[in-house]
Amino acid sequence: MNKIKTIIKKEWAEVFKNRWVLFSVIFMPLLMTAIPLVMLGVMRTDTSMEMDIDSGLDAGVPEAFRSFCPEDLSGSECFQVYMVSQFMLLFMITPLILPVNIAAYSIVGEKTTRSLEPLLATPITTMELLAGKNLAAVIPAVAATWLGFLIYAIGARLLIVSDKVVAALLNPLWWLGIIVGGPLLAILSVNFSLMVSSRVNDPRVAEQLSAVVIMPLMVLFFGQIAGFLILNTLLVIVLILLLIAVDALLVYLGVRLFQRETILTRWK
Amino acid sequence: MMIHTENLTKQFNTVLAVDRLTLDIAEGEVFGFLGPNGAGKTTTVRMLTTLIGPTSGAATINGHQVGRDDQAIRRIVGILTESPGLYDNLSAEHNLHIYASLYEVADAAGQIEKYLRLFDLWERRFDPTATYSKGMKQKLAIARALLHEPRVLFLDEPTSGLDPEAARLVRESIAGLRKEGRTIFLCTHNLDEADRLCDRIGVFKTRMLVMDTPARLRSQLFGRRVVFHLRQADDAMAAAVARLPFVQAAQTVENKVLVTLDDPEVHNPDIVRALVGLGADVQFVGELRRSLEDVYLQLMKGSKE
Ligand SMILES: Nc1ncnc2c1ncn2[C@@H]1O[C@H](COP(=O)(O)OP(=O)(O)OP(=O)(O)O)[C@@H](O)[C@H]1O
Ligand SMILES: [Mg+2]
Repeated sequence: MNKIKTIIKKEWAEVFKNRWVLFSVIFMPLLMTAIPLVMLGVMRTDTSMEMDIDSGLDAGVPEAFRSFCPEDLSGSECFQVYMVSQFMLLFMITPLILPVNIAAYSIVGEKTTRSLEPLLATPITTMELLAGKNLAAVIPAVAATWLGFLIYAIGARLLIVSDKVVAALLNPLWWLGIIVGGPLLAILSVNFSLMVSSRVNDPRVAEQLSAVVIMPLMVLFFGQIAGFLILNTLLVIVLILLLIAVDALLVYLGVRLFQRETILTRWK
Repeated sequence: MMIHTENLTKQFNTVLAVDRLTLDIAEGEVFGFLGPNGAGKTTTVRMLTTLIGPTSGAATINGHQVGRDDQAIRRIVGILTESPGLYDNLSAEHNLHIYASLYEVADAAGQIEKYLRLFDLWERRFDPTATYSKGMKQKLAIARALLHEPRVLFLDEPTSGLDPEAARLVRESIAGLRKEGRTIFLCTHNLDEADRLCDRIGVFKTRMLVMDTPARLRSQLFGRRVVFHLRQADDAMAAAVARLPFVQAAQTVENKVLVTLDDPEVHNPDIVRALVGLGADVQFVGELRRSLEDVYLQLMKGSKE
């Protein structure tokens, strides 16, 4: 346990000396929180002025989503819920991208300083090393995601007039998505980038992989905007189960793949 | 035996890096592992420090078997890797703290201070190691290898790339460690260094070519050479000496006769007698020491053929 802690602290000391990584850890969650909050703020001013065009707004909400709105919401309230929900997936980008940045730099860092060999000569187990590298990337990503969502939840309360809309927005579906899904996504992302950045020597290449990692998320995002797909509790649960399976597979592969000798020769 | 290997072999795909190395190194011995680039020195050290697995053969460190008791080996072994591998953004102190924790050093602060002072880095301990000179980095890396007071120390070319002053400092510290009775496995290209620091030397190029004390290596390979200074020498004298049964070779260089033979203590008087018989005036007799470099170059030439 102590050795894992040592690795995590070492990773943070090293990685956060890199301005870009530090910037991305602070700025990205802020941005992802700001977007839905700004949306809410804009719509609050809109709807308070034009309460009478409920039915018109209602027409902009896809049929499938209409059924997802609680019965007692008015057309404009349902539109608010719909619009903001579109951006909830943005909260999932943080746990996907942050670990890529951190893990890519932490491995490329070991490569450029050639520090892996003396490290592997110490009595640290391969599991401890991988766990340390994993947690060093997962913890900040999850913390940033949760913090962002908390700010969003508080902001939403303050910005939205209707309690019913707040209740619909902060429903268990999203809490589940953020609290359970966030870490699962981060684990997926960090293990994926551990594998890929162990094969490349340029941090920029490793980072471009973040584009690959967020691809499925983008499919969800645009699918939802285009109205093909509505995130409901069932879908979120299915996605979470899928994530658990993929994570388990990745962690298993990681442990199998990264034996000392392969780490030494690959992370080079 | 502190280090024992038996037919230790490492094959990388098509490259045979280490071929059936069999070796015994006693506790407290300083062993010089000498070989040209690509000889397999680093590969051998990596196998013995459990970083990579042998393809075949076996090795033990203080009785712990490589590949089976790896954790136990890592605890008693210290390694200076080919490149220092420090965390450049972090200070010397921070670097050492990380390793003290990984090696579970009980008195971390005390050990860190001890070695930072020993290597004269104490004043600069809070500076990022990126700002250190090459020699300072090397010393810090040696300090890092010593934090947990390892019984066996592997040093992979500790003085390569250092200026003479820094190299001398590092050599002196190795001599100091030797006095403490640690077993040291020293990889080097530097023959003079091996000659001065090591109890025994192995000349290695994929296979172990020879292994002995520096002094015996010199005489074993070349026989010994004795020089006879004469008032006036000529080729006939060298030819006559060369015909003596115990002489391997003899030649004249200016007014000197150079004679190669195995046992000068026994046969020098005979040679003097022979020379005097030919009318020579013998002024001095002395032994020519071969440098280890000659030994090494000779071996390398032989191993190419
Ligand atoms: N990970 C590896 N994969 C493939 N081949 C390797 C690997 N490591 C070393 N080799 C090969 O094994 C041989 C021995 O290399 P090694 O680094 O052990 O030599 P060395 O004696 O330490 O050389 P130097 O004096 O240059 O440090 C070389 O031919 C090298 O190319
Ligand atoms: Mg080497």
